[in-house]
Amino acid sequence: MKLVKSLDKSLWVFHVNSGSCNGCDIEIVAALTPRYDVERFGIKLVGSPRHADVLLVTGPVTKPMRERIKRIYDQTPDPKVVMCVGTCGSTGGVFYDSYTLDGPIDDVIPVTIYVIGCPPRPEAIIDGVVKAWAKLEELRGETKKKEGKK
Amino acid sequence: MNGMDILMAVIGSVLVMLFGIFFGLVFKGIDRVLSARMQARIGPRVRQPFWDVGKLFSKENIIPENAVKWMFSSAPVLGLASSAVMLLYLPLGPLAPVLQGHGDIILMLYLLVIPSLAMVTGGFASGSPYAAVGAQREMVMMMSYEFPLAAVVVSIAWKLNVFGIANPFSITSIASNPIWMNSGILGIIGSAILLVVLIIVTPAELSKIPFDAPEAETEIVGGLLAEYSGRNLGIFYLADAVKTIVMGALLVAIFFPWGIAGIVGLAAGSVGAIAADIAFFLLKLFLVLFVSVTVIRTSFARLKIDQIVYTYWAPLTIAALFGLVLIIWDLNLLGIEWYPQVLGGW
Ligand code: SF4
Repeated sequence: MKLVKSLDKSLWVFHVNSGSCNGCDIEIVAALTPRYDVERFGIKLVGSPRHADVLLVTGPVTKPMRERIKRIYDQTPDPKVVMCVGTCGSTGGVFYDSYTLDGPIDDVIPVTIYVIGCPPRPEAIIDGVVKAWAKLEELRGETKKKEGKK
Repeated sequence: MNGMDILMAVIGSVLVMLFGIFFGLVFKGIDRVLSARMQARIGPRVRQPFWDVGKLFSKENIIPENAVKWMFSSAPVLGLASSAVMLLYLPLGPLAPVLQGHGDIILMLYLLVIPSLAMVTGGFASGSPYAAVGAQREMVMMMSYEFPLAAVVVSIAWKLNVFGIANPFSITSIASNPIWMNSGILGIIGSAILLVVLIIVTPAELSKIPFDAPEAETEIVGGLLAEYSGRNLGIFYLADAVKTIVMGALLVAIFFPWGIAGIVGLAAGSVGAIAADIAFFLLKLFLVLFVSVTVIRTSFARLKIDQIVYTYWAPLTIAALFGLVLIIWDLNLLGIEWYPQVLGGW
């Protein structure tokens, strides 16, 4: 897995809804509007997981979505980051312990960043992206160290 | 061609291709910034497309299991190569085309189809239903914008032919005899109509909003490109950038081929004159593309495929033919004594 510096500057986001109430999804769209304008950071919403660097997963993972989330995760080319937006994706939130759920998200796929809130404000989502950058920076350091050892 | 010519052509092609890629990406960046400003956003940096390409080339390149592998991987290369070939036939400002004297505008019409065809092949080969829908839409769109485009080209060549210019279809003679020359008021109106038609055909050639139904992200998840990732997607991205420059250079060559060096008083052929002309050419190129790509893409929403076909077959074709008729009338009227003075009164 190669982590080039341009990855930070051009994160393409694919948005997966695993059964959310649509509250978080609207906040994600709000982050793209002129007020917050995440395109400033090179972030772009793309239509296909094949183009994505970041999977933005919302919702508590209902039973039918489990396999699909896994498949979307596999369809995304490496290197990739998974961001879980919303409390219900992180813990179950208001849907905690429901018999329709197979989540939360980190039971199904590995999650890199959690953004908490029901729904989180766009600022929080942008803060999540900043955390993703820090994480990528860390990973880059590790790969460099490993290559150095070889 | 002897050995020296071939060597020069090869070096020239490489340089022209690099030129196309570099300025194509620069234009993409400018386009994104300006479009963001029009929507009261700040927008990305101008060098954003370079980062995008750098990232795409470093990512994993997935070839879907049920794709036709050789077709799937060769389509992007074909798209980029054919876009770059078109640049070899177009004059880039003061620089004559690398393959001067070898192709004409009819060849351009055919070459313009190849990048789209490459995308269609790639779409069908990727074995995804979304890509197949996108490929079908792209084919329908290709058929619809071809006719207005051909009408524009025919009008221009017809006019050159009437004035007895040798090789009316060659791009060099089109560029050295701009369509505005030797015309009265009707001719100027007719040429302006043709310019508008070509400006509206350009976004369809480039699959930009409002004519991006084949690549619609929100309805068919990226359409033609749905299954492409990593390096292959990056090559398509570059092909799109180069094709943008091609369409811009074509518009400039047909409608605005003038240089600036003579006007500001630099001696023809001197280094300063060539530099000024290249800068002026880039300015014209970016202005033309700004109007036909950025403004149109920011101000309209996506049309459905049937609306696209209607737009090109009915209003635009009629407009292009009307422009042709105006030019013909104009040339017939030029013989009458009072007619050329209509413009003189202005
Ligand atoms: S976190 Fe709250 S707002 Fe967001 S999807 Fe879950 S329930 Fe809806």
